Amino acid sequence: MTLAPERRPSLIDHFERGLDSPICLTWELTYACNLSCSHCLSASGRRDPNELSTEQCKEIIDELQRMQVFYVNIGGGEPTVRSDFWEIVEYATSHDVGVKFSTNGVRITPEAAQRIADNGYIDVQISLDGATAEVNDALRGKGSFDLAVRAMQNLKDAGVEGFKISVVMTRHNIPQLDEFKALADEYGATLRITRLRPSGRAVDVWDDIHPRPEQQRELYDWLVAHGEGVLTGDSFFHLSAYGQTLPGLNLCGAGRVVCLIDPVGDVYACPFAIHDEFKAGNTVTDGGFAAVWRGAELFTELREPQTGGACAGCQFMDTCRGGCMAAKFFTGLPLDGPDPECVRGLGEELLQGREADLEFPRPSVDRSHRTSPPRPRAKSRPVPVSIGMGAPARPPVSACEIDPLAGFVPPGAATASSS
Amino acid sequence: MRGLLTLATTTHRAVDPGSGLVLDPGTAWTLNPRVAVRPEPFGALLYHFGTRRLSFLKDTRLVDLVTALADFPSVDATFAALGIAEDARPGYVSALQRLADTDMLLPSTDHA
Repeated sequence: MTLAPERRPSLIDHFERGLDSPICLTWELTYACNLSCSHCLSASGRRDPNELSTEQCKEIIDELQRMQVFYVNIGGGEPTVRSDFWEIVEYATSHDVGVKFSTNGVRITPEAAQRIADNGYIDVQISLDGATAEVNDALRGKGSFDLAVRAMQNLKDAGVEGFKISVVMTRHNIPQLDEFKALADEYGATLRITRLRPSGRAVDVWDDIHPRPEQQRELYDWLVAHGEGVLTGDSFFHLSAYGQTLPGLNLCGAGRVVCLIDPVGDVYACPFAIHDEFKAGNTVTDGGFAAVWRGAELFTELREPQTGGACAGCQFMDTCRGGCMAAKFFTGLPLDGPDPECVRGLGEELLQGREADLEFPRPSVDRSHRTSPPRPRAKSRPVPVSIGMGAPARPPVSACEIDPLAGFVPPGAATASSS
Repeated sequence: MRGLLTLATTTHRAVDPGSGLVLDPGTAWTLNPRVAVRPEPFGALLYHFGTRRLSFLKDTRLVDLVTALADFPSVDATFAALGIAEDARPGYVSALQRLADTDMLLPSTDHA
């Protein structure tokens, strides 16, 4: 390099020190959702009564425009169930803030698909966690596969090209990678795969559905072979330790180049870290988004040089960088040690060594639906119940029974009648 | 000249629109009006609203060059105006070519 005799700091070095504005951010518009996916990273279901108003959302967009944040990833909950969803989206795209939104497809009617096709600055991402209804619905709920496919068909029919099919990789769908790719090709979509984090409700199911170690290798090999046309949201950089660095920026951008704004305006370091520990401030009560992004103590700390802790001596530190902060936090591992899915197996060792009665950090706020079958909880034990107390001595007395002697059994009669 | 420019793969679309045009430094080029430039300490961040592609310019001279292109009748004239040395120009031409490939730069007709 003739222009720079000394080693210039790499882009990653700059990013780790944090930028004046995020490169992009995730904005969960609502915690309300029509589904109850068992691995929901924001533990969504019910709308928060303090949800930001339309006006407050527009103020955030004005700020993002001033900060030159060129696009936001809108999610939820199910963002399209907000009655002002399109108003917010169109306000953003007409103020130089492009929108990519994630949806389960529930409101992607032919009309909505046409609206997306006409706008040109809206990118859609349909969430699908199985290439078949069987695998998908086990996690996302009955009927959710059909919902997503109907939305994909509507988008295709409206001529929306290159929308995304977004898949969270689990031990059940890693064997379906080729099928996902074929599905994306069929609908003229782009496949986007991301890593399952033990965040939100996933804290309860992570042990049962996160990829097995040999599947991580399978995923890595598949990405090396097919990665060109597949998006990864930069989420598999911990797999780079298998060999070659995967395409993408390969760093944890939390609080440095990305962050999350939640439906009530709370700003967190990243979408996978909705917990008080990673909350930087609030857009309404702390003077706006820019003030939080630029001044929050938590973000200042995250932008300090990191030591690497237990991983400092590892030969793969340069590519893996200790993995995902949220994955460590929610599995009860130290933040300056290996990722629970460390490809060298060091995280697995730590997981095995955890105290049996360790309390995992739980989401600070949980808006899960209160109804429907209760979701499975970690470490749940069978509860012993006694069923059957023998046949009742006599039929129960109806509440409508008008006989003044209803339920009255004369002394001696019971003995006589039971013989 | 690797290192002047990083094309982020995180937001690109499956198919690049790419003009497919060869950037001849003797001709006029301009920044695509659909591309926004955000200054950064390391250079700049470019965002293309059409392709939703991000690019990072890791060199402040390259940023000056890209933003000045529209003011001159050719890329060579821009080099001269910015005082970019002859031996450094091929590196900049290949960086500009990559930006042209991703639709960030367009041939300019203003000076024809």
